[in-house]
Amino acid sequence: MKADRFEDLSGVRCPLNYAKTKMLLSNMESGQTLEIILDDGPPIRNVPGSVQQEGHVILCQEKQGDQWNVVIKKV
Amino acid sequence: MVQLTDTQLDRYSRHIILQEVGPEGQEKLMNARVLVIGAGGLGSPIALYLAAAGVGCIGIVDADVVEISNLQRQVIHFSSDMQRPKVESAAEKMRAINPDIEVNTYKIYLNASNIQEIISGYDFVLDGTDNFATKFLINDACVMAGLPFSHGGILRFDGQTMTVLPGHSSCYRCSFRQPPPPDAVPSCSQAGVLGAIAGMLGTIQAAEALKFITGAGTLLTDTLLTFDAKNMHFRRVSLKKRSDCPLCGENPTLHELEEGDRATCDLSA
Ligand SMILES: [Zn+2]
Repeated sequence: MKADRFEDLSGVRCPLNYAKTKMLLSNMESGQTLEIILDDGPPIRNVPGSVQQEGHVILCQEKQGDQWNVVIKKV
Repeated sequence: MVQLTDTQLDRYSRHIILQEVGPEGQEKLMNARVLVIGAGGLGSPIALYLAAAGVGCIGIVDADVVEISNLQRQVIHFSSDMQRPKVESAAEKMRAINPDIEVNTYKIYLNASNIQEIISGYDFVLDGTDNFATKFLINDACVMAGLPFSHGGILRFDGQTMTVLPGHSSCYRCSFRQPPPPDAVPSCSQAGVLGAIAGMLGTIQAAEALKFITGAGTLLTDTLLTFDAKNMHFRRVSLKKRSDCPLCGENPTLHELEEGDRATCDLSA
């Protein structure tokens, strides 16, 4: 499955990675999907939870090496 | 389409990650035009926080120069600014905090004949002045122009503030009909003010401006918030828009701005 948007946030620290995610989501249509790459550690522990708190849906979250692939569906 | 640069996303990240602000709210702040009247005790924290928040265009009005007795509470001015125009000293600090913003300075005394021109074009006004005549002038001019504003005042250990959305919520005149006679107000040099309460009240006013622009939360409309910092008591007093208000009521009697008796006091400012 290919997401509508993709952003590599590896190396982007908290909370800038979440701020960037929010800006990408705010420029998307409801129902569209965004795939992001997050580092292990604080980014993967924080960003998906914050995204969900705003009502978006995490469609999948997979570890690949020492990074994570996260697909978000905009509410 | 919200377009913030990486630097802006970083600078404003603590706003952007707030659900009630977000990238959209930050963009509203960056497009907003806010006027701060007074670069004194209240105007100092107001101007600093609005600049830091990235409010795109900030006007600041004050006719005075910086004096040593101001420095106890007017935190935007430094000892090295003595005798400089307050608006110039303030604008320099605001631009230093945030080079992205535009600052307009007005080194003048507001009066009935110049206030309308100065406030026009702004989205929100903050009253950080030190005398009743100017507070009434700001209320009247903003209500006549339909311009939302924040009223604020401090004295000794006490502060009070309310936010007015003309046509929708009670104005200053709904509750306080006219300025008190100048001799009924404590003489400023005898009254004093605890410096930190200027920060307490000014930051509440700044928060109201940011909330108004972003649409976050509920404003201090139809509500007078007062505090007594000596005992740290806060109180909310409900106010009503009065149908018999001489300014915003059903049969207004005030149609033109009045030139008040500006018993100047270098207190709140
Ligand atoms: Zn009224």
